[in-house]
Amino acid sequence: MRREVKVMTLAALFVLLLAAAVSLRPFGGPVETGMDDHFILNGQGETGCNNMVTSVVFDYRGMDTLGEATVLFAAVTGILVVLGRERDD
Amino acid sequence: MISLPFVAVVILACMSLAAILFKRNMIKIVMAVHVMGSAVNLFLVSLGYREGGLAPIFTGSPGGLMVLPAPQALTLTSIVINIAVVALMLSFAVSLHRRYGTMDTRKMRLKG
Amino acid sequence: MTEGRSRIVRNVTCLLAVPVMVFGLYVVLHGHLTPGGGFAGGAVMATFIALFLVSFGKDIARRLDSGPFSVSESLALLAFIGLALLGIQVTFFNNFLANSGLLFGLTVPSGANPGFLGTGGVIPLMNLAVGLEVFSGLSLILIMMYRSGGGGDND
Repeated sequence: MRREVKVMTLAALFVLLLAAAVSLRPFGGPVETGMDDHFILNGQGETGCNNMVTSVVFDYRGMDTLGEATVLFAAVTGILVVLGRERDD
Repeated sequence: MISLPFVAVVILACMSLAAILFKRNMIKIVMAVHVMGSAVNLFLVSLGYREGGLAPIFTGSPGGLMVLPAPQALTLTSIVINIAVVALMLSFAVSLHRRYGTMDTRKMRLKG
Repeated sequence: MTEGRSRIVRNVTCLLAVPVMVFGLYVVLHGHLTPGGGFAGGAVMATFIALFLVSFGKDIARRLDSGPFSVSESLALLAFIGLALLGIQVTFFNNFLANSGLLFGLTVPSGANPGFLGTGGVIPLMNLAVGLEVFSGLSLILIMMYRSGGGGDND
Protein backbone atom coordinates (compact mmCIF):
# COMPACT_ATOMS: atom_id res chain seq x y z
CA MET A 1 0.00 0.00 0.00
CA ARG A 2 1.11 3.57 -0.33
CA ARG A 3 2.82 5.31 2.50
CA GLU A 4 0.17 8.04 2.97
CA VAL A 5 -2.64 5.52 3.48
CA LYS A 6 -0.66 3.81 6.24
CA VAL A 7 0.09 7.11 8.02
CA MET A 8 -3.54 8.25 7.89
CA THR A 9 -4.84 4.92 9.22
CA LEU A 10 -2.33 4.95 12.05
CA ALA A 11 -3.18 8.55 13.04
CA ALA A 12 -6.94 7.88 13.02
CA LEU A 13 -6.50 4.71 15.13
CA PHE A 14 -4.30 6.55 17.62
CA VAL A 15 -6.83 9.38 18.10
CA LEU A 16 -9.75 6.96 18.52
CA LEU A 17 -7.91 4.74 21.04
CA LEU A 18 -6.75 7.76 23.05
CA ALA A 19 -10.31 9.08 23.26
CA ALA A 20 -11.45 5.65 24.49
CA ALA A 21 -8.66 5.35 27.09
CA VAL A 22 -9.36 8.77 28.59
CA SER A 23 -13.09 8.10 29.00
CA LEU A 24 -12.77 4.78 30.89
CA ARG A 25 -13.51 4.52 34.60
CA PRO A 26 -10.77 5.93 36.95
CA PHE A 27 -7.86 3.67 37.66
CA GLY A 28 -8.41 2.04 41.06
CA GLY A 29 -12.11 1.56 41.44
CA PRO A 30 -13.49 -1.60 39.90
CA VAL A 31 -17.27 -1.60 39.60
CA GLU A 32 -18.45 -5.23 39.54
CA THR A 33 -16.45 -7.28 42.10
CA GLY A 34 -18.96 -9.98 43.09
CA MET A 35 -17.02 -12.95 41.67
CA ASP A 36 -13.64 -11.83 43.03
CA ASP A 37 -15.07 -11.16 46.49
CA HIS A 38 -16.40 -14.73 46.53
CA PHE A 39 -12.91 -15.99 45.53
CA ILE A 40 -11.17 -14.04 48.32
CA LEU A 41 -13.70 -14.88 51.06
CA ASN A 42 -14.33 -18.59 50.33
CA GLY A 43 -11.21 -19.66 48.42
CA GLN A 44 -9.20 -20.87 51.43
CA GLY A 45 -12.00 -23.09 52.66
CA GLU A 46 -12.99 -24.62 49.35
CA THR A 47 -9.57 -25.24 47.78
CA GLY A 48 -7.24 -25.29 50.81
CA CYS A 49 -4.71 -23.04 49.05
CA ASN A 50 -3.08 -19.85 50.40
CA ASN A 51 -2.36 -18.36 46.98
CA MET A 52 -5.57 -17.01 45.47
CA VAL A 53 -4.15 -16.58 41.96
CA THR A 54 -3.01 -20.24 41.80
CA SER A 55 -6.39 -21.42 43.09
CA VAL A 56 -8.14 -19.43 40.34
CA VAL A 57 -5.74 -20.72 37.65
CA PHE A 58 -5.80 -24.41 38.59
CA ASP A 59 -9.10 -24.98 40.39
CA TYR A 60 -11.84 -22.46 39.58
CA ARG A 61 -10.70 -21.95 35.94
CA GLY A 62 -8.76 -25.13 35.23
CA MET A 63 -10.19 -25.50 31.72
CA ASP A 64 -8.31 -22.39 30.54
CA THR A 65 -5.06 -23.87 31.86
CA LEU A 66 -5.74 -27.08 29.93
CA GLY A 67 -6.16 -25.04 26.72
CA GLU A 68 -2.97 -23.08 27.42
CA ALA A 69 -0.88 -26.22 27.98
CA THR A 70 -2.23 -27.63 24.71
CA VAL A 71 -1.28 -24.44 22.82
CA LEU A 72 2.28 -24.62 24.16
CA PHE A 73 2.50 -28.30 23.17
CA ALA A 74 1.20 -27.56 19.65
CA ALA A 75 3.70 -24.71 19.17
CA VAL A 76 6.62 -26.94 20.18
CA THR A 77 5.43 -29.63 17.75
CA GLY A 78 5.21 -27.04 14.96
CA ILE A 79 8.79 -25.90 15.63
CA LEU A 80 9.99 -29.53 15.57
CA VAL A 81 8.43 -29.96 12.12
CA VAL A 82 9.72 -26.70 10.59
CA LEU A 83 13.27 -26.78 11.93
CA GLY A 84 13.82 -30.52 12.00
CA ARG A 85 14.64 -31.15 8.37
CA GLU A 86 18.11 -32.49 7.63
CA ARG A 87 20.10 -30.30 5.31
CA ASP A 88 20.83 -31.87 1.97
CA ASP A 89 24.25 -30.31 1.27
CA MET B 1 -6.97 13.60 36.43
CA ILE B 2 -6.71 11.14 33.53
CA SER B 3 -5.59 7.64 34.44
CA LEU B 4 -2.04 7.16 33.17
CA PRO B 5 -1.77 3.33 32.83
CA PHE B 6 -4.47 3.20 30.13
CA VAL B 7 -2.79 6.00 28.15
CA ALA B 8 0.54 4.11 28.38
CA VAL B 9 -1.16 0.99 26.96
CA VAL B 10 -2.47 2.98 23.98
CA ILE B 11 0.95 4.55 23.29
CA LEU B 12 2.70 1.14 23.43
CA ALA B 13 0.15 -0.48 21.11
CA CYS B 14 0.30 2.31 18.52
CA MET B 15 4.12 2.40 18.52
CA SER B 16 4.35 -1.34 17.90
CA LEU B 17 1.68 -1.13 15.17
CA ALA B 18 3.76 1.60 13.46
CA ALA B 19 6.82 -0.68 13.59
CA ILE B 20 4.87 -3.57 12.01
CA LEU B 21 3.65 -1.36 9.17
CA PHE B 22 6.84 0.51 8.32
CA LYS B 23 9.82 -1.74 9.04
CA ARG B 24 11.39 -4.18 6.58
CA ASN B 25 13.57 -6.42 8.75
CA MET B 26 11.87 -9.63 9.85
CA ILE B 27 13.36 -9.62 13.36
CA LYS B 28 12.08 -6.09 14.00
CA ILE B 29 8.56 -7.09 12.97
CA VAL B 30 8.63 -10.08 15.36
CA MET B 31 9.85 -7.86 18.20
CA ALA B 32 7.00 -5.39 17.54
CA VAL B 33 4.44 -8.22 17.72
CA HIS B 34 5.84 -9.21 21.13
CA VAL B 35 5.64 -5.61 22.42
CA MET B 36 2.00 -5.41 21.36
CA GLY B 37 1.25 -8.59 23.32
CA SER B 38 2.95 -7.08 26.37
CA ALA B 39 0.79 -3.95 26.03
CA VAL B 40 -2.35 -6.10 26.22
CA ASN B 41 -0.97 -7.88 29.33
CA LEU B 42 -0.39 -4.50 31.00
CA PHE B 43 -3.98 -3.51 30.26
CA LEU B 44 -5.34 -6.72 31.79
CA VAL B 45 -3.34 -6.39 35.01
CA SER B 46 -4.15 -2.69 35.50
CA LEU B 47 -7.88 -3.38 35.24
CA GLY B 48 -7.91 -5.32 38.51
CA TYR B 49 -6.40 -2.77 40.87
CA ARG B 50 -8.16 -1.59 44.01
CA GLU B 51 -7.05 1.61 45.73
CA GLY B 52 -4.67 0.72 48.61
CA GLY B 53 -4.88 -3.03 48.07
CA LEU B 54 -2.37 -5.81 48.82
CA ALA B 55 -1.40 -8.94 46.86
CA PRO B 56 -4.09 -11.68 47.04
CA ILE B 57 -1.90 -14.13 48.98
CA PHE B 58 -2.56 -15.16 52.60
CA THR B 59 0.96 -16.42 53.51
CA GLY B 60 2.42 -13.87 55.95
CA SER B 61 0.04 -11.18 54.84
CA PRO B 62 -0.49 -8.12 57.11
CA GLY B 63 -4.20 -8.21 56.37
CA GLY B 64 -6.46 -5.67 54.74
CA LEU B 65 -8.00 -4.99 51.36
CA MET B 66 -6.86 -7.23 48.48
CA VAL B 67 -6.73 -6.61 44.74
CA LEU B 68 -8.78 -8.77 42.35
CA PRO B 69 -7.09 -12.15 41.58
CA ALA B 70 -9.01 -13.05 38.39
CA PRO B 71 -7.29 -10.67 35.87
CA GLN B 72 -3.88 -11.86 37.08
CA ALA B 73 -4.86 -15.44 36.26
CA LEU B 74 -5.91 -14.42 32.72
CA THR B 75 -2.58 -12.58 32.27
CA LEU B 76 -0.63 -15.78 33.11
CA THR B 77 -2.38 -17.59 30.27
CA SER B 78 -1.80 -14.67 27.89
CA ILE B 79 1.95 -14.55 28.60
CA VAL B 80 2.41 -18.25 27.79
CA ILE B 81 0.43 -17.97 24.56
CA ASN B 82 2.58 -14.96 23.52
CA ILE B 83 5.69 -17.08 24.05
CA ALA B 84 4.30 -19.82 21.80
CA VAL B 85 3.35 -17.41 19.00
CA VAL B 86 6.70 -15.55 19.01
CA ALA B 87 8.69 -18.82 19.05
CA LEU B 88 6.81 -20.12 16.01
CA MET B 89 7.31 -16.79 14.15
CA LEU B 90 11.05 -16.89 14.89
CA SER B 91 11.33 -20.44 13.53
CA PHE B 92 9.65 -19.28 10.32
CA ALA B 93 12.15 -16.39 10.12
CA VAL B 94 15.08 -18.84 10.44
CA SER B 95 13.64 -21.07 7.72
CA LEU B 96 13.04 -18.13 5.37
CA HIS B 97 16.58 -16.88 5.88
CA ARG B 98 17.89 -20.31 5.00
CA ARG B 99 15.89 -20.27 1.75
CA TYR B 100 16.39 -16.68 0.52
CA GLY B 101 19.66 -15.64 2.14
CA THR B 102 18.34 -12.25 3.32
CA MET B 103 16.23 -10.76 6.14
CA ASP B 104 14.60 -8.09 3.94
CA THR B 105 10.90 -8.74 3.32
CA ARG B 106 10.82 -6.75 0.08
CA LYS B 107 13.24 -9.14 -1.62
CA MET B 108 11.10 -12.22 -0.99
CA ARG B 109 8.63 -12.89 -3.74
CA LEU B 110 7.04 -16.19 -4.74
CA LYS B 111 9.03 -17.45 -7.67
CA GLY B 112 8.76 -20.69 -9.53
CA MET C 1 29.20 -18.53 18.06
CA THR C 2 29.86 -22.23 17.95
CA GLU C 3 33.21 -22.39 19.80
CA GLY C 4 32.05 -21.50 23.31
CA ARG C 5 33.24 -18.74 25.56
CA SER C 6 36.36 -18.13 27.62
CA ARG C 7 37.47 -20.05 30.68
CA ILE C 8 35.96 -17.62 33.22
CA VAL C 9 32.51 -17.87 31.63
CA ARG C 10 32.67 -21.65 31.55
CA ASN C 11 33.69 -21.94 35.22
CA VAL C 12 31.01 -19.55 36.43
CA THR C 13 28.42 -21.45 34.39
CA CYS C 14 29.40 -24.73 36.05
CA LEU C 15 29.09 -23.06 39.46
CA LEU C 16 25.74 -21.37 38.82
CA ALA C 17 23.87 -24.12 36.96
CA VAL C 18 22.83 -26.29 39.92
CA PRO C 19 21.58 -23.39 42.17
CA VAL C 20 19.45 -22.14 39.26
CA MET C 21 17.83 -25.57 38.92
CA VAL C 22 17.21 -25.81 42.68
CA PHE C 23 15.61 -22.34 42.71
CA GLY C 24 13.35 -23.30 39.82
CA LEU C 25 12.21 -26.46 41.66
CA TYR C 26 11.52 -24.36 44.79
CA VAL C 27 9.32 -21.94 42.83
CA VAL C 28 7.38 -24.86 41.29
CA LEU C 29 6.91 -26.83 44.52
CA HIS C 30 5.75 -23.87 46.65
CA GLY C 31 3.28 -22.66 44.03
CA HIS C 32 0.31 -22.93 46.40
CA LEU C 33 1.94 -20.80 49.14
CA THR C 34 4.05 -18.09 47.48
CA PRO C 35 3.79 -16.32 44.10
CA GLY C 36 4.99 -18.45 41.20
CA GLY C 37 3.60 -21.81 40.28
CA GLY C 38 4.10 -24.15 37.38
CA PHE C 39 4.65 -21.77 34.46
CA ALA C 40 7.11 -19.35 36.06
CA GLY C 41 9.09 -22.17 37.71
CA GLY C 42 9.30 -24.09 34.43
CA ALA C 43 10.73 -21.04 32.67
CA VAL C 44 13.36 -20.62 35.43
CA MET C 45 14.32 -24.31 35.08
CA ALA C 46 14.76 -23.90 31.30
CA THR C 47 17.62 -21.41 31.82
CA PHE C 48 19.66 -24.41 32.99
CA ILE C 49 19.81 -25.66 29.39
CA ALA C 50 20.23 -22.15 27.98
CA LEU C 51 23.31 -21.44 30.18
CA PHE C 52 25.08 -24.55 28.88
CA LEU C 53 24.18 -23.91 25.25
CA VAL C 54 25.53 -20.36 25.33
CA SER C 55 28.79 -20.95 27.17
CA PHE C 56 29.89 -24.33 25.83
CA GLY C 57 28.69 -24.25 22.24
CA LYS C 58 29.08 -27.16 19.90
CA ASP C 59 30.47 -29.66 22.43
CA ILE C 60 27.30 -29.74 24.51
CA ALA C 61 24.89 -29.40 21.55
CA ARG C 62 26.33 -32.50 19.94
CA ARG C 63 25.47 -34.55 23.04
CA LEU C 64 21.99 -33.18 23.78
CA ASP C 65 19.38 -35.32 22.08
CA SER C 66 15.78 -34.26 21.50
CA GLY C 67 14.35 -37.69 22.34
CA PRO C 68 14.07 -37.63 26.19
CA PHE C 69 12.70 -34.06 26.23
CA SER C 70 9.95 -34.96 23.78
CA VAL C 71 8.94 -38.06 25.76
CA SER C 72 8.86 -36.19 29.08
CA GLU C 73 6.79 -33.35 27.62
CA SER C 74 4.13 -35.73 26.34
CA LEU C 75 4.04 -37.72 29.59
CA ALA C 76 3.66 -34.54 31.68
CA LEU C 77 0.71 -33.30 29.62
CA LEU C 78 -0.94 -36.74 29.90
CA ALA C 79 -0.41 -36.66 33.69
CA PHE C 80 -2.09 -33.23 33.85
CA ILE C 81 -5.15 -34.54 31.99
CA GLY C 82 -5.18 -37.69 34.13
CA LEU C 83 -5.19 -35.62 37.36
CA ALA C 84 -8.14 -33.64 36.02
CA LEU C 85 -10.03 -36.83 35.16
CA LEU C 86 -9.56 -38.47 38.58
CA GLY C 87 -12.45 -36.56 40.16
CA ILE C 88 -14.87 -37.25 37.33
CA GLN C 89 -17.58 -38.52 39.69
CA VAL C 90 -18.55 -34.92 40.57
CA THR C 91 -17.18 -32.83 37.69
CA PHE C 92 -14.19 -32.59 35.33
CA PHE C 93 -11.66 -30.49 37.32
CA ASN C 94 -12.84 -31.49 40.79
CA ASN C 95 -10.40 -30.97 43.68
CA PHE C 96 -11.08 -34.28 45.43
CA LEU C 97 -8.06 -34.14 47.75
CA ALA C 98 -8.76 -30.79 49.47
CA ASN C 99 -9.80 -30.98 53.20
CA SER C 100 -9.96 -34.78 53.01
CA GLY C 101 -7.00 -36.12 55.04
CA LEU C 102 -5.20 -37.98 52.24
CA LEU C 103 -1.90 -36.94 50.57
CA PHE C 104 -2.16 -33.11 50.45
CA GLY C 105 -5.31 -32.77 52.52
CA LEU C 106 -4.73 -30.65 55.65
CA THR C 107 -7.23 -27.89 56.33
CA VAL C 108 -6.05 -24.30 56.16
CA PRO C 109 -6.75 -21.84 59.05
CA SER C 110 -8.63 -18.92 57.55
CA GLY C 111 -6.93 -15.53 57.41
CA ALA C 112 -3.21 -14.76 57.41
CA ASN C 113 -1.01 -17.70 58.43
CA PRO C 114 2.53 -19.01 57.80
CA GLY C 115 2.14 -21.47 54.98
CA PHE C 116 1.81 -25.21 55.61
CA LEU C 117 3.19 -27.43 52.85
CA GLY C 118 0.65 -30.24 53.24
CA THR C 119 -2.34 -28.23 52.05
CA GLY C 120 -3.77 -27.59 48.63
CA GLY C 121 -5.29 -30.84 47.44
CA VAL C 122 -4.52 -31.71 43.84
CA ILE C 123 -2.96 -28.28 43.08
CA PRO C 124 0.72 -29.08 43.98
CA LEU C 125 0.61 -32.20 41.77
CA MET C 126 -0.74 -30.13 38.89
CA ASN C 127 2.04 -27.58 39.50
CA LEU C 128 4.65 -30.36 39.13
CA ALA C 129 3.11 -31.66 35.90
CA VAL C 130 2.89 -28.22 34.30
CA GLY C 131 6.42 -27.28 35.44
CA LEU C 132 7.88 -30.41 33.83
CA GLU C 133 5.95 -29.75 30.62
CA VAL C 134 7.10 -26.13 30.32
CA PHE C 135 10.72 -27.08 31.10
CA SER C 136 10.78 -29.81 28.45
CA GLY C 137 9.02 -27.65 25.84
CA LEU C 138 11.29 -24.62 26.23
CA SER C 139 14.44 -26.80 26.26
CA LEU C 140 13.27 -28.46 23.04
CA ILE C 141 12.76 -25.04 21.40
CA LEU C 142 16.25 -23.93 22.47
CA ILE C 143 17.96 -27.08 21.17
CA MET C 144 16.20 -27.03 17.77
CA MET C 145 16.94 -23.33 17.23
CA TYR C 146 20.59 -23.79 18.18
CA ARG C 147 21.04 -26.70 15.80
CA SER C 148 19.63 -24.93 12.77
CA GLY C 149 21.02 -21.42 13.26
CA GLY C 150 24.25 -21.68 11.32
CA GLY C 151 25.73 -24.29 13.57
CA GLY C 152 27.38 -26.16 10.78
CA ASP C 153 28.56 -23.32 8.60
CA ASN C 154 31.87 -22.67 10.35
CA ASP C 155 33.27 -26.20 10.14
